[in-house]
Amino acid sequence: MLGYALRRVLTAIPIVLLTITVCFFILRLAPGGPFDGERALPPDQLRNIRAYYHLDEPLVMQFFRYVAGVAQGNFGPSMVMKDFTVARLIGIGLPFTLMLGFTAFIVGTVAGLVAGAIAAVNQNRWPDYLLVFVVLIPIIIPNFLMANVVQLVFGVYLHWLPVGGYTPGAWLNLVLPVLILAMPHGARVARLTRGSMIEVLGTNYIRTARSKGLGARLILARHAIKPALIPVVSYLGPGLSYLLTGSLVVEQVFALPGIGKYFITAALNRDYGVVLGTTILYVFIILALNLIVDVVYAWLDPKVRFR
Amino acid sequence: MADVLVVDDLDVTFQLHNSEVKAVSDLDFALAEGETLAVVGESGSGKSQAFLSIMGLLAKNGKGSGRAMLGDTNLIGLSPGELDRYRGKDIAMIFQDPMTSLNPALRIRTQLGEVLVRHQGYDRERANRAVIEMLERVGIPEPVKRASAYPHELSGGMRQRVMIAMALLCRPKVLIADEPTTALDVTVQAQMLDLFKTLTNDFGTALVLITHDLGVVAGVADRMMVMYGGRCIEKGPTDTLFYDPRHPYTLGLLHSTPNVDKRAARLDPIQGLPPSLEHLPRGCAFHPRCAFRFDRCFEERPPLLPVEDVREKACWYQGELNYEEVA
Repeated sequence: MLGYALRRVLTAIPIVLLTITVCFFILRLAPGGPFDGERALPPDQLRNIRAYYHLDEPLVMQFFRYVAGVAQGNFGPSMVMKDFTVARLIGIGLPFTLMLGFTAFIVGTVAGLVAGAIAAVNQNRWPDYLLVFVVLIPIIIPNFLMANVVQLVFGVYLHWLPVGGYTPGAWLNLVLPVLILAMPHGARVARLTRGSMIEVLGTNYIRTARSKGLGARLILARHAIKPALIPVVSYLGPGLSYLLTGSLVVEQVFALPGIGKYFITAALNRDYGVVLGTTILYVFIILALNLIVDVVYAWLDPKVRFR
Repeated sequence: MADVLVVDDLDVTFQLHNSEVKAVSDLDFALAEGETLAVVGESGSGKSQAFLSIMGLLAKNGKGSGRAMLGDTNLIGLSPGELDRYRGKDIAMIFQDPMTSLNPALRIRTQLGEVLVRHQGYDRERANRAVIEMLERVGIPEPVKRASAYPHELSGGMRQRVMIAMALLCRPKVLIADEPTTALDVTVQAQMLDLFKTLTNDFGTALVLITHDLGVVAGVADRMMVMYGGRCIEKGPTDTLFYDPRHPYTLGLLHSTPNVDKRAARLDPIQGLPPSLEHLPRGCAFHPRCAFRFDRCFEERPPLLPVEDVREKACWYQGELNYEEVA
């Protein structure tokens, strides 16, 4: 098991390198640069600044300089927000984003599992029909649109919840963003759970369990849930990364102080260091999540353990 | 010997979109303590569905009616919760496919032990000891090690042994084995039948052996019941049915089975196809394939009537069944 995890960590290294390479060059291909403001800088100044950030070197040189820095844990300075390093900006925004993402993840996963299981047990009766219809809504409607709708309804018309913004401790401000993030995730989990649960409930081994007189509850809890979770778990890793990346947009809509704000402004301003640093961080998180999923997978499905 | 299971007027119907299909009609039989009854028939003859309905395991659109008396309890029409008091304890079932009938995510010892915990109130540890003992009894080498294994670590034969162990843990009065050897190698089949015979003997368990393989029946069963189109068409001691079949269908079945003694150049299949239960022929369901039919067979369904003391058949034809005439 440990050897398996270690192998997985090692295979992550080329993936990270590849991401850095692709992102670095794509970012530089985009027109414009960090110092192209509304008003052009005097040529001398621009030359000095570019020299300071090594932007005057050949692109390949810059690339190796950057990779060498990252290898030593140095993500460089922000080129737009002069007093901040990339690491510092991430340090400010990331905890909030992670908190938001994980909360939505837990809420959505739990709700999705419960709803999917209820629908499966009641297959082709009204709870099932209701769920199958309802989960389509958040999957079809994009979250930035849905966000505006709930802001209008619950914030502006009903005055139940704040429309946006956040200060530490104001958890009411998080209800709507968490809801918006959790809904599509929960909907996908519910659909997957329903499908795999229905499949498992129809298998021969569930029939065997019934023939043993175990009782519906024990059959569900011991015999059906574990195998039914396998396809759901394999979705949870990518699902969580969708949540963390999706939260960038939701943060923007709800004016929340997460990493999304920096990331989006940085992308618009061609703040190379910040965009790259955030991207690499996300790659790390996604790889780590997939690793966790694989380990859970091995626990759920004994056949995987021996490969 | 006392009867442990008495089935009376058992019907099984399936609700389709806008029609109803009768998979089993008017099934009657009694199973004596410790006896082995073989239920023989082609696919779709209703042999499996009859017993699934007794176990309360029919598909959602299926419904059984009639009586299946286990002692003083009619199992037909009980709610799943009430059935759970008997299933796995007094009446157990083994299924055709050992590869998919065990839960892939749970250890053997969990899947077996839970039966004892549920029905006998054993604690985990006591259940574990009993499980290992039973695994040894069904001929599994290294039972302690196998108890901790997952199903995919065992061969098909092993898994069927595990299924047998699972079904017999509570020493049930009745064991229903639905094609228990069909999915296994021929070499393993014989071992498995021996095992059935020994264990049901030891435990005084009555065995119902559902099969389409007459070779399986010959050595094991005391009595035999032949089903066609959802009905029992001939019933009696195995030997008499084998050596002196009285129903043309039974005769046909016997001749379509390989036999070392006869060394026939080719096997004779029964001509035609088994009937669709949705459109059973008028009169006797077998008449379209029968060589002995006469006008009455087209119009009236023959009832199951006693032939001699111990046997019954459902056929209008009363003359000699000469196979050469047919072939």
